[in-house]
Amino acid sequence: MVLSMRCRPRWGAFGVCCSVALGCAAGIHRGPLPSPPALPWESQPAVVSDVESPQIALVGATLMTGAGSEIPDGVVLFEDGRIDAVGPRSSVKVPAGARQIDVHGSYVTPGLIDTHSHLGLFGVPGLTGNDDGNEATRPVTANVRAADGFWPQDPALPRALAAGVTTALILPGSANLIGGQGVAIKLIPGRSIEDMKFPGAPPVLKLACGENPKRVYGERKQAPSTRMGNLAGYREVFQAALEYGAKFSDWQARQQTWQREQRSHDKPPQPAPLMPPRDFGLETLLGALSGRVLVQMHCYRADEMLGMLELAREFGFRVRAFHHAVEAYKIRDVLAARGVGVSTWSDWWGFKLEAYDTIRENLGLLSEAGVHAALHSDSASLVQRLNQEAAKSLNAARRAGVQIDRNVALSWITSNAAWTLGIEQQTGSLEPGKMADIVVWSGDPLSVYSRVSEVFIDGLPVYERGAQRATDFELGQGAELGQPQERKPEPARPGATEAAP
Amino acid sequence: MRRRDFLRGGASLACASVAGSCGAARAAEPARAWVGATIWLGDGQIIDDATLVTNGERISALAQGASVPSGAQVMQAHGFILTPGWVAVETALGLLEIELERSTLDAEPRADEHGEPIHAAYSAADAYNPLSSLIGVARREGVTNAVATPRGGLVSGTSAWVELIDHFPGRALVREDLALHANLFELRDNSRPLALSRLRNALESARLYARSPQAFDQGQTRELGLSPLDLRRLSQVLGGNLPLVVRVARAADLLRLLELGESYQLRLILSGAEEAWTVAPQLAAARVPVVIDPSDNLPTSFSALNSRRENAALLASAGVPLIFSSFDPYSVHNLRQLAGIAVASGASRSSALRALAFEPARAFGMGNEYGLLAPGKLANFSVWTGDPFELGTWAQEVVIRGRSVSTRSRQNELFERYRDLSRVPRGRAGLPPADGQTKR
Repeated sequence: MVLSMRCRPRWGAFGVCCSVALGCAAGIHRGPLPSPPALPWESQPAVVSDVESPQIALVGATLMTGAGSEIPDGVVLFEDGRIDAVGPRSSVKVPAGARQIDVHGSYVTPGLIDTHSHLGLFGVPGLTGNDDGNEATRPVTANVRAADGFWPQDPALPRALAAGVTTALILPGSANLIGGQGVAIKLIPGRSIEDMKFPGAPPVLKLACGENPKRVYGERKQAPSTRMGNLAGYREVFQAALEYGAKFSDWQARQQTWQREQRSHDKPPQPAPLMPPRDFGLETLLGALSGRVLVQMHCYRADEMLGMLELAREFGFRVRAFHHAVEAYKIRDVLAARGVGVSTWSDWWGFKLEAYDTIRENLGLLSEAGVHAALHSDSASLVQRLNQEAAKSLNAARRAGVQIDRNVALSWITSNAAWTLGIEQQTGSLEPGKMADIVVWSGDPLSVYSRVSEVFIDGLPVYERGAQRATDFELGQGAELGQPQERKPEPARPGATEAAP
Repeated sequence: MRRRDFLRGGASLACASVAGSCGAARAAEPARAWVGATIWLGDGQIIDDATLVTNGERISALAQGASVPSGAQVMQAHGFILTPGWVAVETALGLLEIELERSTLDAEPRADEHGEPIHAAYSAADAYNPLSSLIGVARREGVTNAVATPRGGLVSGTSAWVELIDHFPGRALVREDLALHANLFELRDNSRPLALSRLRNALESARLYARSPQAFDQGQTRELGLSPLDLRRLSQVLGGNLPLVVRVARAADLLRLLELGESYQLRLILSGAEEAWTVAPQLAAARVPVVIDPSDNLPTSFSALNSRRENAALLASAGVPLIFSSFDPYSVHNLRQLAGIAVASGASRSSALRALAFEPARAFGMGNEYGLLAPGKLANFSVWTGDPFELGTWAQEVVIRGRSVSTRSRQNELFERYRDLSRVPRGRAGLPPADGQTKR
């Protein structure tokens, strides 16, 4: 493929990527709902320079593209952050100047994507000083942002990267009905969240229904203490958001009148109409109502998800995906028909009543029904084996006679996961024009024995087996004093990893 | 003679019997033979193209070309792998239903007690529920036995060795008061010195009690601060009659416990042990078994800063008796995945296999009957469609005491109910057709 295929996002005044490839999918909605001025953090242009990365060709591996196909003896060519060509060795011409890496015997996949993560928010070690995931001081905190609590030195981050995860959606916890705004990151080391933000990812709002909000506030004898209270709480704030929007509509109309009058000198000079006091939480909710902000909703039970879809219909918003959603299989027809995605685990269950009806065929049934299905971790440990969890879900489906292709299983942690975050035009598959977020595996990624050999983010080599970068926190903590010594890093050539035992 | 497929769409084990039905037999188990299987004995040895014969609840023969008694049910098991049934340890399996529903919790006292109490007489056997919904989920993945373990407090109580049978009533409890369990990890109210001094005091009291229980009963000893039942149980760990399992993470704590074990002649098992690899030679020299989760690699606390994925490989190669646990009772079914993770992180396949059955059986004093496939041992094993550590295989059959047991749980029933959504009621919009197959 040629360079002109590449997406080169341009940055609009509101930090919104408006490239041809994106089709302004993430653009600011210009529908009937009123728009207050841009939020302060969105009004600054996002400065993302083009990535400079060397021209690299990974040659000879089995490519699992994440878009449904598998190519034996393939080539992936990438440069300056983007994939230029993907295909069988015979069809991809590797330029003379490219660095060729022989990965014969390996597998290559897109970088994995975790659609539900608290890395950096509930950092490890789990100490009071690290506990930044739930602003559980009132049940609606639409104004808080995961980005503001994110700790880039969380030791869980390099471990997730070493497991092939290149992108994660960092969400506030689920103590609150509306926990706050999520942030999509790339797992590239940086000094702050600003170094790690996924460029152009749509804003995200985290909602949580069910047991968590009613337990957290019910124990304090506050609302909500029941599922009834949960829904009443939602209606209250969405109504408040609509009324807030109406105030701005009114102000905008008055301001236009004022400007016209000032220009025409029909009336004596008047002060400009006062802008209503701003409420950033309500403005974020307005964004959700307009579709500009993706709604990611923690919900377990089938009946409750249907209830939330009724709420969404009342107020005119869309749910991008239900998270956890262990009972999604019960309503997969509705979810498919309404284009609502699901992010769930392979087998977590039972730890609370609303997680009691997990079945291990959930993901398989969802994919069979045409639901945008993704597999998430919600855990600093599980994020390190997303590929294994996908393999387990695939196996459970097959064992039960649900025929799912293994490449569909990979899509749960790549292309479908990218859709959940609204970044499917940018990453999640090995296709020309996509970001060069790439993982080289020692063997079939659906095998328990396969290990990550190498990871590229935006075409940059960010991880090589055995060379995991310690975070600041881990330095000098005594690991090196232990015996026996660290194992030697694997050879630089990614293809030279151990054979599966 | 008739055949049955074990599973639609999958490979099938052919069952042929001269005597009659191949269905799960009741009462006296007939002789059964699995022919042509690859058998992972449990101690690391593998026998290809072997025959395993059961008679009643025990294995009567296991060898290449072992003769099959006439009248035995014969299972053609070419291409299948037989392993011992996994043993889940350090698990609250059968002692709770739903973690966040206090009314379903028996793994620990329900009231929030202050100060990490000593509950030596707290016995898992008093609570173990063979009908718990967690058990079927675990059994489906090849778990045949568990050490049902209480938790919480400084001394949590005694565990029970249980069989994950699928019928009720039946003999699920095999041995109660199997081991005493203590916890020195992430203590809430006690610092390390306070916790250890309380543990030593309790052991001293138990020693005094054991010298003359009659004197204690007649009020002739000093105040011992514990109940007679607690003292009796504690006294059993002195001298190693009962194993003492201690949940502990930090390397320095592990060494301190080895010293404690030596001074009271305890039969220690150390559990959690995230930093154990740093003191592997000392653990090996003391011949102390260690229970770990081989997927642990996060510095989850200041007691586990040196947690690393190679823990299993390094401990095994140092000669430490190694046992795997998922700890979480809701993921007991993942034991075989944990073994795969250990292998991928450098452990040998045989050490990973030993960690799932052979070593736990031995460490908890049940090695005479369990943990190894050999003539005379109990016939607790699973028949796998391929490598049991891999993610694309499953247990075609699970056998407990010679009997094929159910590999279904309520999760399978839910799947079947929702397999065809047109059969799911939706009020006036649609009731499913009357159907004799609709369950309950």
